[in-house]
Order: sequence, then C-alpha cells, then structure tokens
Amino acid sequence: MTLAQSTAGNPVLNVVIFVTIVAVTLFIVYRVSSRNATTADYYAAGGAFTGVQNGVALSGDYLSAASFLGIAGAIAVQGYDGFVYSIGFLVAWLIPLLLLAERIRNTGRFTMGDVVAFRMRQRPVRAAAANSTLVISAFYMLAQMAGAGGLVALLLDVHTTGGQALVIIVVGAIMIFYVLVGGMKGTTWVQIIKAALLLSCVLLMSVFILGKFGFSLSALLEQAVNNNALGEAVLDPGSRYGKSGTSKLDFVSLSLALVLGTAALPHVLMRFYTVPNAYQARRSVISATWAMVAFYLSTLVIGYGASAIVGSSAIKAAPGGENSAAPLLAFSIGGTVLLAIVAAVAFTTILAVVAGLTLTASASFAHDVYANVLRHGRPAPGSELRVARLTALVIGCLAILGGILAIGQNVASMVALAFAIAASANLPTILYTLFWRRFNTTGTLFSMYGGLSICLVLIIFGPVFSGTPTSIIKGVDFHFFPLGNPGIIAIPLSFLLGFIGTMIGKADQVDPVRSDEMEVRAVTGIGAS
Amino acid sequence: MSTVSSFSRAPETERYRAHEQRAVHSFVDQSGNPDFVAIRRSRDFARVNRRLTRFVFPATGLFLLWYMTYVLLAAYANDFMSHRVFGNVNVGLLLGLSQFVSTVVIMVLYSRFARNKIDPEIAALRERAGASNS
Repeated sequence: MTLAQSTAGNPVLNVVIFVTIVAVTLFIVYRVSSRNATTADYYAAGGAFTGVQNGVALSGDYLSAASFLGIAGAIAVQGYDGFVYSIGFLVAWLIPLLLLAERIRNTGRFTMGDVVAFRMRQRPVRAAAANSTLVISAFYMLAQMAGAGGLVALLLDVHTTGGQALVIIVVGAIMIFYVLVGGMKGTTWVQIIKAALLLSCVLLMSVFILGKFGFSLSALLEQAVNNNALGEAVLDPGSRYGKSGTSKLDFVSLSLALVLGTAALPHVLMRFYTVPNAYQARRSVISATWAMVAFYLSTLVIGYGASAIVGSSAIKAAPGGENSAAPLLAFSIGGTVLLAIVAAVAFTTILAVVAGLTLTASASFAHDVYANVLRHGRPAPGSELRVARLTALVIGCLAILGGILAIGQNVASMVALAFAIAASANLPTILYTLFWRRFNTTGTLFSMYGGLSICLVLIIFGPVFSGTPTSIIKGVDFHFFPLGNPGIIAIPLSFLLGFIGTMIGKADQVDPVRSDEMEVRAVTGIGAS
Repeated sequence: MSTVSSFSRAPETERYRAHEQRAVHSFVDQSGNPDFVAIRRSRDFARVNRRLTRFVFPATGLFLLWYMTYVLLAAYANDFMSHRVFGNVNVGLLLGLSQFVSTVVIMVLYSRFARNKIDPEIAALRERAGASNS
C-alpha cells in the first residue's frame, strides 16, 4: 500500500497541472473557433491548416493513451514483445503516405464515405461507411475511456467507483465542449498542443534515462534485465506471445492488423481534409511520421528504463498494473512534479483522442447518414451542422457512459481490435475503389459489411470476450475462435469478398464519366475543393 | 469551384491569352469545366499515373514483405533473434530498429520522387485543366 500511496505523488499538484493544461486548451479552442458557421469549418477547419501543423495534429490523434502508457508498460514488464507494437504502429504510416493520403484528399471532402461512395450508388455505400466508422470509433473510444478510469485511480488517488465515474464525467464534458465549440479547428489545436507536450515529455525522459546510463543502450538493457522478473528473456521475443502455436499466430495476426489498420482508421482519414491540397496532405504524413519515429524510439528507452529503474515487480504491483510503468518511472526520476506533468499529459491525450473520435463519428453520421442517406444529398440549409453537433453531444454522452461501465475492465486489446476492424471493413474497399476501375457497389457492400461482421463475430466468440481469466465477460465461456486478434482471417476474407462481390454484382448504372473523373481527380486533384 | 477561383485571381485578358496559346491541348470543356474524359485519355496523364504507380506499388510491396519477414522471425525464429551481437544488444533489437530506418528511407525517397518527378507534371496538367496551382 505504501507503494500505491507514493505512486499517487501529490494528487493536488496532479490536478493543478492538468487543470492548467485544460484551461489553456479551452482558451485556445474558444479563441480560434470564432467562425464555425459552415460544415466545411466544422468538419475540416476550412482546409486551412498547413501540412506541418496537420502532421503534428495527426500524430496527436494517433498517439493515444494506449500508445503512451500501454507500450511503455508492455516493454517494461514483457520486454521485446511490447516493442513490436511500436514497430507496427510506425511502419503502418507508409500505407497512407504511398497510397492514400493524397488520393483521399483529392477525391473526398469531409468523410471516408465521400471517397468510397464517389462512383458508387450513394445511399447504400454511405450507410455502410457510416456503420463501420461508428463501430470502429466505438471500440477505439471505449478503450480510451477505460484507460482514463485506470489513470484516475493511479494519479488522482481516487479509488471508489463513484469517484472515478465523477472524474470521467468531468473529462467527458470538457471533451464535448472542445468538439461542439471548437469543431475541427479547435480539436486540431488541442491535438497540436497535446502532441507537442507528449513528445517533449517522452523525449526529455528518454534523454535523461540514457544519460543516467552513460548513453549506452547496452548498459540500460543490462540493468533492465537485472530488475525484471523475466531476467534475460526480457530482451528476446516470445515472453508474451511465444508460449504456444496459437499465441504465435495471434502475434502475427496482431501485427498484420496494426500495419494495415492505421491507414483505414476513420479519424486518421478525416485529418487529410483539414489541409488545402494533396501536397500538404503528403507533408502531413511526413511530419507525423518524423514525430512518431521520435516517439516510438522513446517508448523503447522509457519501457526498458522503467524496468531498469522501477523494476517489473513494482510496476505489476502498482494500481493500474502495466499502464503505470511510465508514470512510476517519471516519479522515480523527476519526483512529484514530473509525475504530475506526465499524468496531465496522459489525461490530455485521452481527452484529445476521444474528441477527435467524437468529431469523426458525428461527421460521419451527419454527413453520410443524415445529409446523404436520409435527405438524399439535399439537407435543409444549416440542418447538417445542427445534426452534427447534436450527434457529437449524444456520442460524447455515450462515451462517458461507456467509460463508466468499462471501469476496471480489461480493454487493453480493444485498440488493437479497432485496428483489425478498420483493416478488414475499410481498407479493402478504399484500395479497390482507388485502384481498381471495375470495383462496384456490390463489391463495396460485400467487403465492408462482410469484413465488419466477420471481424465482430470472431471478436465476440474469441478469448477477449469470454473463456479466459482476463476476458470482459466473466464466468461464462462461449468462445470458439482461438485468436485474440482476428486480423489474419478477417482482412484477407474481406479482400476476397470485395472481389467476389464485384464479379457477381452487375455494373453500376452510374455515369461512366464519374470513374474517369475519380481517376483523374485522385492523381491530380483537378476538380477537388 | 476551382475554375471560379482561378477566374477571380487572374485578370480576364491574361487568362484568355493563356487559353489561346494552349487551345489545342486544353483540358477545359465548352462550359469551362475540366474535361475529365479527355484528361484520362491523354498521354500526359497516362505517363504521370504510370510513373506514380510504378513507384508506390513496388515500394508498398517491399516494405510489407520486409515487415512481415521481421514479424515472422520474431514469432518463430527465437534463437536467431536472441543472438547477442554486442553487449546486451541482440539481433531482434537491431532488426527492430532497422524497421525504423527502412521506414524513414522509403519516406524520404518517396518525398523526393514525388517532388521532382510527379509534382511538376501534375502542376502542368492542372494548369491545362484550368485548376489553380496555389
């Protein structure tokens, strides 16, 4: 218990620093959001950000609490297998860079639905795009909010469920304010501030840790081995996923989901619309990738540093378990002040990521479902924006509710599941529609709904939901699918379904000029707004 | 939309003169909109499109192959990955770090390629279609 108390540092200081950051971001959101009168402002900040600004925001959107706390903790406790997350999350950025960012900027306006429905039958395809966007966002958001609950316990010394729920409500309310008042412009600035804070924080910590070991990686690893329950094995692959044939396959499946899922996350795709043109979209990805190279290299140092300095058994014993590695390390090297800063940054991270997800989900509902499916592309003036704000409010409240229900649940792998769903429901369709002229509406619906439902079924009947001690539903066992991550099955099947659907479906009755227009627009941006 | 913006930016006479000079190769249809069918059939568009895909598809294939090789080694070649190279640094760590290096290399190469070989051609196509190049 003494450890638990000491890890909380000084809750008052934690709160003060967090409130300061929130106050600064709220002020900026309020200042920049003076004109948020059109859907283009609300969804895409009028496309007015530069590539570098948007790149920093992109890294802010992407580097969630799972990245920061989860990976550092996984490396600290399980060693090398945690590092593989870092690599997958980083390498994945080559897909948006090489294949998607510029083409998506050129063909769409606000949502993923704009791209996939460009030359297809509008209503069914937009409905499918909105469905997958909402499911992916829900999985992603729930994981973030559950992380918030754990963080509250660790950093604010609030251990009762009621107290944690109260904190989640407050955090959720701030997030809703960001989205409603700030729209995309305000949310982007929150991401930029958060990314800058997070990056400086992890870089300073890494340099400090390396300095402590005479800038010798080998010396750092030596100490990490000495203070880890796994011993030498902490440096080698297999401590987490090497136990059996199934777990090895699960590891391959997870890696595949990470590398293919990133490019298909709706809130990442939506970030390509906040810049004026394709060139700036390319620069966004390049800036974001540089930021993430620095970040993920730091996770290696921070993870092994936590093992070396705090020790794996102390991390496991702390409230929050693995997730507490980075905060505990901050406390050991920088005392209560650094802990408070890291805590505040972690909170801001959750806040910003959830805000980005809420905005994306509300845009998808208002733009794809309301304006295009229900109103046939002719919504009453101003109504789409009203619906978007209302949806954001509803989604925000659902996120708060989900976060409260998820307190104490093991949802660490939920982020990886969101990647698997994105990779199977969205990626095949996006690639086919951009690069395969024959692809049609039937193929789109087969791939999106097929990928989505295969993935969901395998998740629900997999070990994440039931049958193991760490499952979400305890006491019953209805799992028959052995892998925690369904990517390796669902992603290839979704590609196959898209192909089969295209072959058996009849050619679309759309204007053939529309396909020419999409092809030209995707490459050149001619006709893009 | 873009025709309107270029219209407001350039004085009308200048725009007219520019249009006159390239009249043969212009990609603007009679109503002043970009003629997508003509652009797609043009040799210039086909060339830039081919050049682009010949870079991005092999690059994507290459990095995915390299990444999956690494993942499979990490999953199934434990002894090889655990081999110490110097101090406590093993093959697995070096291969992991090399994924960072390869990502940066591909990114920088693509950025240069796009800036030097693709962007000027696209700018030329855009101009002929009456889209602004701001």
